[in-house]
Amino acid sequence: MKTAEEIKAAIEAAVPGAGVTVVPNPGLSGQHSLLLAQEHAVQAAEFLRDDEDLALDFLSNVTGVDWLDKEIAEKVRVTKPVTKTVDGVEQTVEETVEETRKRVEPGYLEAVYHLYSMAKKYGPVVIRMRTANRTDAVEMPSLTPVWRSGEFQEREVFDLFGIVFKGHPDLRRILMWDEFKDHPMRRDYVEPDDYEYEPTPHDEVLAKAKAHTEKQGTRE
Amino acid sequence: MGIAETKTARVEGWNRPPVVEADGEGELLEVAMGPHHPSTHGVFRMDVVLDGERVIKLKPVFGYLHRNHEKIAEKASYLASMPYTDRLDYFCSLSNNWAYALAVEKLAGQEVPERAEYLRVILAELTRVQNHASTIGFLLQEMGASGTPLMYAFREREKILDLFEGLTGSRMMCNYMRFGGCRVDPSAAWLEQTCKVVAGLPAFADEFERFLAENEILMARCQGVGVLKPELAVNAGVTGPMLRASGVNYDLRKVDHYGIYDRFKFRVPLGDHGDIYDRYMVRVLEIRESIGILEQALKEIPAGPVMDPKAKIRNFRPKAGEAYGRIEAPKGELGFYLISDGGPNPYRYRVRPPSLINLTVLEDMCLGSNVADVVLIFGSVDIVLGEVDR
Repeated sequence: MKTAEEIKAAIEAAVPGAGVTVVPNPGLSGQHSLLLAQEHAVQAAEFLRDDEDLALDFLSNVTGVDWLDKEIAEKVRVTKPVTKTVDGVEQTVEETVEETRKRVEPGYLEAVYHLYSMAKKYGPVVIRMRTANRTDAVEMPSLTPVWRSGEFQEREVFDLFGIVFKGHPDLRRILMWDEFKDHPMRRDYVEPDDYEYEPTPHDEVLAKAKAHTEKQGTRE
Repeated sequence: MGIAETKTARVEGWNRPPVVEADGEGELLEVAMGPHHPSTHGVFRMDVVLDGERVIKLKPVFGYLHRNHEKIAEKASYLASMPYTDRLDYFCSLSNNWAYALAVEKLAGQEVPERAEYLRVILAELTRVQNHASTIGFLLQEMGASGTPLMYAFREREKILDLFEGLTGSRMMCNYMRFGGCRVDPSAAWLEQTCKVVAGLPAFADEFERFLAENEILMARCQGVGVLKPELAVNAGVTGPMLRASGVNYDLRKVDHYGIYDRFKFRVPLGDHGDIYDRYMVRVLEIRESIGILEQALKEIPAGPVMDPKAKIRNFRPKAGEAYGRIEAPKGELGFYLISDGGPNPYRYRVRPPSLINLTVLEDMCLGSNVADVVLIFGSVDIVLGEVDR
């Protein structure tokens, strides 16, 4: 089986400007993945399927992952002028202090594809694609035209994560009902306030009941 | 959304058979088969457009049993999801356990002792035998053989379920495997009883085959119906007996050699035509191969621990990373994809359900055939709604 780097080189040779990045897997399973840029993802996928050496004809698994905005706290050494009173005289002294700076790394939605080769009997080759953010730019190209196996699975990712697959022939909700609004597999999904009357609420239900009645302003 | 609003868009490279045209006489009839149709094995709906008896369009509708298994598992610890995997494909809880344990073992780099590996093989093959027997029984039931073949299958299945109950305490919700082994060691009496049951299985397979395989009605209803081409099957990710019935030699027990499957001698039955009859026949032959594996495993099973003594049960936190583990479940490739962030519960937990993905080609197999055949084609896919909807 070829390593992720070799497959990356093969894709880049066949599809110029494909923009493939190897995403190492820090775990013990050794399943490293290839991050495809959205622009040439379909050509790259077609190459993976049709290339005689690779022959990745079987798309086993498609799934989404939600990566939230990450707040990263970094300790930085900063040198800055500080005004100090030394022996009764005010002076400006350069001083190096350690500061904690926070920055927010924007989150994104990710689709993960596990490919195998039935012809050559190896795998998995993991490919991923990422959206620009989690809110308004949630599109990515669909790989269903390349592997039909993605038809229901991409619909499921659309339904539960809210990734919009451009080029999917029939992108509808699959598990939730059509009128449903949110995407329940997102990490920050909030359950709807669907409290129903219960004569003796307790524990979580009691808290839910309380929140509900406060919101409604009435007591049932 | 009504079936009229669904799209059958022409996308370049989209692997779909030509659209079946209505003959223009009479009206088209839209039928919702299910969700409470006796042939749908649960709550599943097929929106069918009929031109007379002929199927023009068919769209499966899922989600009646959706409980967001993945979300629940992401909020629970790794071990807490083990009993919940039983409820995915409730006919084959032990294979589900194995697939999940395998994925977590890959993630955590966990070893499994010999005896536990043998036990896993024995239990998985017993599961396969009872699943295939029941599937054939249900298929015959849908063909109109009301009850009798199903009862023959269930009589044998009951013996196997008794074994499961004796070992795990439960007939169907077994919750038996653990990360790094199995929960309890079987007694010598249990192994003896298993040998007895396995010794009785070939006679059952013979009987089943004698009654059914050359049955005229079965042949007339099944041969040449619901044909699935191998190219489409591979492209659509179809796995398990359905794929092999189309003639593609891909059995994960041979390809991945997960567990200790490289030690056993068995053959992979393949079909020629990819019709319902081949799917039925592949299952019959797989029962026979499974019996062969069971005999070998029961003869060779070594003594020893069933649980790796170094396995961590409490405070189980795999190293950050991800893993995809898959097994050959009776219905097809059952996979679990896990992402760990080093915490006590998985960051991402995904089940690759063979039942759902095998249904991708349902419309392709049904287009142009009679509505009575849709029931049979659907039955030959072998699904369980607990796994389709999750």
